[in-house]
Amino acid sequence: MSDTTPQTGDRQVQRQRPAPSRRDRFGGYALEHLKASAPILAVLIVILVSIIFLNPAFLDPPVFLAFLRRTAPLIILALGQLFVIVSGGFDLSVGSLITVTVVVAAAVSAGDPDALIPVMALLLVIGLLVGLINGLIVTQLKVPSIITTLGMLLILRGAVFYWAGGSPTGALADNFRQFGREAFDLPLIGQLPYAVIVVVLVALIATRLLHHTTFGHQLLATGGGARAAVMTGVNIARIRVFAFVLSALSAVIAGILLGGFAGVSAQVGQGYEFQAISAVVLGGAAIGGGRGSAVATVVGALTLEALFMLLNLLGLPQPLRETVQGLILIGAVVYAGLRLQRAG
Amino acid sequence: MSILTEDRSDDPVRSLLTKFDLTDMQSGVWLVLLAVMVLGWILVGPDFVSGGNMTNMMVRAVPLGIVAMGQTLVILGGSLDLSVAYLISVVTVLSASVMDGDPNNIPLAIAVALAVGVGVGLVNGLLVTKGRANPLIVTLGTGLVMKGLLSSRFAAQTGSAPREFQILGYGRIGGWLPLSVLLLLAVFMIAWWMTRSTRFGYHLYSVGGSKEIARLSGVRDDRVIIGAHVWCSVTAAITGIFLVARLGAGSPWVGPEGVYDLESIAAVVVGGTALLGGRGGVPGTLAGVLLLAVLDNMFNALQVDGFLKSVLRGVIIIAAVASYALRSKRKDVDIA
Repeated sequence: MSDTTPQTGDRQVQRQRPAPSRRDRFGGYALEHLKASAPILAVLIVILVSIIFLNPAFLDPPVFLAFLRRTAPLIILALGQLFVIVSGGFDLSVGSLITVTVVVAAAVSAGDPDALIPVMALLLVIGLLVGLINGLIVTQLKVPSIITTLGMLLILRGAVFYWAGGSPTGALADNFRQFGREAFDLPLIGQLPYAVIVVVLVALIATRLLHHTTFGHQLLATGGGARAAVMTGVNIARIRVFAFVLSALSAVIAGILLGGFAGVSAQVGQGYEFQAISAVVLGGAAIGGGRGSAVATVVGALTLEALFMLLNLLGLPQPLRETVQGLILIGAVVYAGLRLQRAG
Repeated sequence: MSILTEDRSDDPVRSLLTKFDLTDMQSGVWLVLLAVMVLGWILVGPDFVSGGNMTNMMVRAVPLGIVAMGQTLVILGGSLDLSVAYLISVVTVLSASVMDGDPNNIPLAIAVALAVGVGVGLVNGLLVTKGRANPLIVTLGTGLVMKGLLSSRFAAQTGSAPREFQILGYGRIGGWLPLSVLLLLAVFMIAWWMTRSTRFGYHLYSVGGSKEIARLSGVRDDRVIIGAHVWCSVTAAITGIFLVARLGAGSPWVGPEGVYDLESIAAVVVGGTALLGGRGGVPGTLAGVLLLAVLDNMFNALQVDGFLKSVLRGVIIIAAVASYALRSKRKDVDIA
């Protein structure tokens, strides 16, 4: 067995890419993003071409935009999860937080359209607090993130239904639901869903934050090798807490979209945490931290949803979707592991 | 990073006998268990510690306890297994179908269950070691594969266990000692023996402590991890067999409904085993499983709301792990 396999000790050396120089800023960055997402982008294109082959109507703007709208919550959630995974952790509490978002919004507003702004503010504050608590438990109490967020999952799920009296009550006002289900009228392409605008904005912010700010570089350094990051003066605790806050806020935004799209239910967020992790893994981020790309994560989420659509078109029974998702997940993580081994 | 974890002070019996170290995590969790029993006696009344209720609590802890004995070894080696919940379902469905109410088929059903366990464990272990895949993601993947296959083939309860087989779930020796508790104790003794008295066990601790150092000292780390995964899947298979005896049939949902994946990990870490591997052991896990069962029973007796119970459970899991982490002298900056 060779002793050159990357292990915790020299991980940061293996995984940190040199920062692109300022000279080739625009073209260089675009190329960098494209390079990071090349493998999964190829897979996505193959799947999309197959879908178009089976169902040419997919190219119609309304059909394609409906696909984007359906994928929007997962993309946003995956981008939030990416920040935590890049920092070296996991966030399993996001599915429960989505449920909390929808149930609290319905119960507090009780369908009152005037409550829109206060309810949104309340939801964001809840997200902020959940992320802050997750981050502080992980960094200050040194509880591994899987356990912390697993505990938070149980706490949130129990607390929201204890508070609501066992099942979701109230209703969502139309102006709350518009973000998930309404659309702008636009010339040429017809209707542009709000959700698509939201997801584009979130993706731009996430890309900027992760790849073009000091915070992003410090986050990548923290995940690549915490000890080395500390030595270069990074406040890793603060960076990690911030990552959990971003993940929780992404869950709130995804919850608002899902509430509009799917309405109020007790199961609205179920299983979303693992879907988000799957999308991040498909996007080629290194589990354990240090490497990841926002653009590739968006592509990963799109690939997952497109794959489900393709399997549907092929007439595969609904339950087998999960089997295929499992196989894809195993394939992606083994591919990443073996590639890393070769690189080392 | 700590070097080889050949620290015998982790052994609870030894430390209880020699120095009774209150700060030792493994004996600490037994003391907490004792304290909770006393608390239950005060809050609920003398019925709480009656023989009947104690047996009841132990029987309730059996399925989670068995699979947690497997999860402990995987975690000690620095890996993780999220596929156990669906594997339990697969085993209940398969073995109940093979039995189909005929006592003559019992040996074959058990053989099939154990073979499936070994097979799934091998796949998990090989993917983690030879495939260099992250254990959390890859076992999530194998779990999803099984989930999809299960729900595409089985909608409801399948097969049936003959009356003779249900003795395993309900039988009592001498009218009081449940067979199921003996089954848990047997699995526990095997796991304890493996971790404490075999070369595999020593290697497991060293690989979990530091894979690099273990490898440099000549330990075949891949084999050790594969072995731990096979044992873990076998314990999941035994849990499945037990649940068939208990339910009288196979059910595709019994595994995920019991949340055996996350609950077993919770029981292991509440029992003082480090999630990063190398420290802890099965006696702590046994205490962790019993602690969760006793708390559950106490909350039920006090008529705590089911949702509030979930909140308390989350708080307890985090608090338990925080108390270990804060007392740990190992100053790790990179916590997963």
